[in-house]
Amino acid sequence: MQELINRAKQLLSDGTVARVLGWKAGDMTYNPEPAFFDNVKDLEEHFVYNGFCGANLSKYMIEASKLEGKTLVCLKPCDTYSFQQLLKEHRVDREKAYIIGVGCKGKLNIENIRKAGIKGILSVSGAELSDACDQLTITTLYGDKSLPYADAMLERCSVCKGKEHKIYDELLGDSKETKSADRFAEVERIENMSAEEKFAFFQSQLSKCIRCNACRNVCPACSCRKCVFDSTKFDSSQKANADSFEEKMFHIIRAFHVAGRCTDCGECSRVCPQGIPLHLFNRKFIKDINELYGEYQAGADIEAKAPLTSYVFEDVEPSVVAQRSRS
Amino acid sequence: MPMNNDTEFRPKIVAFCCNWCSYAGADLAGSSRLAYPADVKIIRVPCSCRVNPMFILRAFEKGADGVIMCGCHPGDCHYTSGNFYARRRMTLLFSMLDYIGVENGRTRVEWVSAAEGVKFSQTMNEFVAKIHSLGKNVRLEDLRCKN
Repeated sequence: MQELINRAKQLLSDGTVARVLGWKAGDMTYNPEPAFFDNVKDLEEHFVYNGFCGANLSKYMIEASKLEGKTLVCLKPCDTYSFQQLLKEHRVDREKAYIIGVGCKGKLNIENIRKAGIKGILSVSGAELSDACDQLTITTLYGDKSLPYADAMLERCSVCKGKEHKIYDELLGDSKETKSADRFAEVERIENMSAEEKFAFFQSQLSKCIRCNACRNVCPACSCRKCVFDSTKFDSSQKANADSFEEKMFHIIRAFHVAGRCTDCGECSRVCPQGIPLHLFNRKFIKDINELYGEYQAGADIEAKAPLTSYVFEDVEPSVVAQRSRS
Repeated sequence: MPMNNDTEFRPKIVAFCCNWCSYAGADLAGSSRLAYPADVKIIRVPCSCRVNPMFILRAFEKGADGVIMCGCHPGDCHYTSGNFYARRRMTLLFSMLDYIGVENGRTRVEWVSAAEGVKFSQTMNEFVAKIHSLGKNVRLEDLRCKN
């Protein structure tokens, strides 16, 4: 982390960049938040980068691209996919960004630590990038506790796309492979359910939704200036009107709007205050696109044709859904 | 038990028809005096590509029991390629509806040309029969809008 701060200070002082986009310490060690730094003093005092810095900073670059001067942005390997996707859509300006590709050893979810029965958390150590990231030591009101790093990781890190940065100006810090599962396993499990079971599963998940719009606001692909969910002409903008259908419509439309552009960065699920596995919607679209229109990873290749803005004459007919359905 | 006509299930079916092929196909079905159920409400759209996935969901929200989209045959689109995009979109949307537990028989896409009045009436008869067999859609309706 010190290495990163030093490099940022250097670039800020010599005028290469006008500001630094990174993470600043929150009120607890486990909740750092995205922040802009425009002076060396702030950087020294508040900049952090550790296992809890899960936030994907690429979306902030849309606004930063409109500012005077370059912005230094710290991107983890998975964030570079989002940045490249935004670049492809002309939402960010490559000339305005100085990208430091930061290493990643998997990001943590404090809820997983709480779920492991650890209460009264004061601080967590063992999550610095320089650490081995095998074991966490958690200081609590009731003494020190220990938890394997992998048990506290975000779901998205166990299905990591790889630790290769797709776009960067320089690289800093080591990474460690964290992939241990197939990202479509859960989608497949749901596909194999009967229609009643599927419906019951999604109803139980989506009825937790409080329509806070956090999943929409955090999504790097979801960056329209005018959003259908803000339009007063649709019932779906009115939280008070929310009923069982609205919940589903909101989530289907949210996922559909980013279909073919979603890089599967997992931010939607990370920020959901209700713990809804929102990535299951996005991954269903990704899985269908891969199976029906060929393998496609959004953000991996800036030249590749997006699946929903291209076609071939021989595409499958929509009736394929009934043939493929297992319910 | 004798069937009481007042309580007989009359499905509400929304058909999105493209202006250039399917709507003309429906017209031909009408002028050729080919019968299809009055349960089908046609909404004319400039091209099948105009059909936003939201339209389909809104139709269900407002109480439709089935939604069918008709457009020009692939390759015959008035705007050259609209129906190709619509085809991919609808495939993904229908797959998603299936994924969340909506019977996949409630949604359908059919390509009907302006000369295919017979196909139009056959398709609609089939689709209405299918929705009849599935019954009322209770999965996706907006409860507050039902009378």
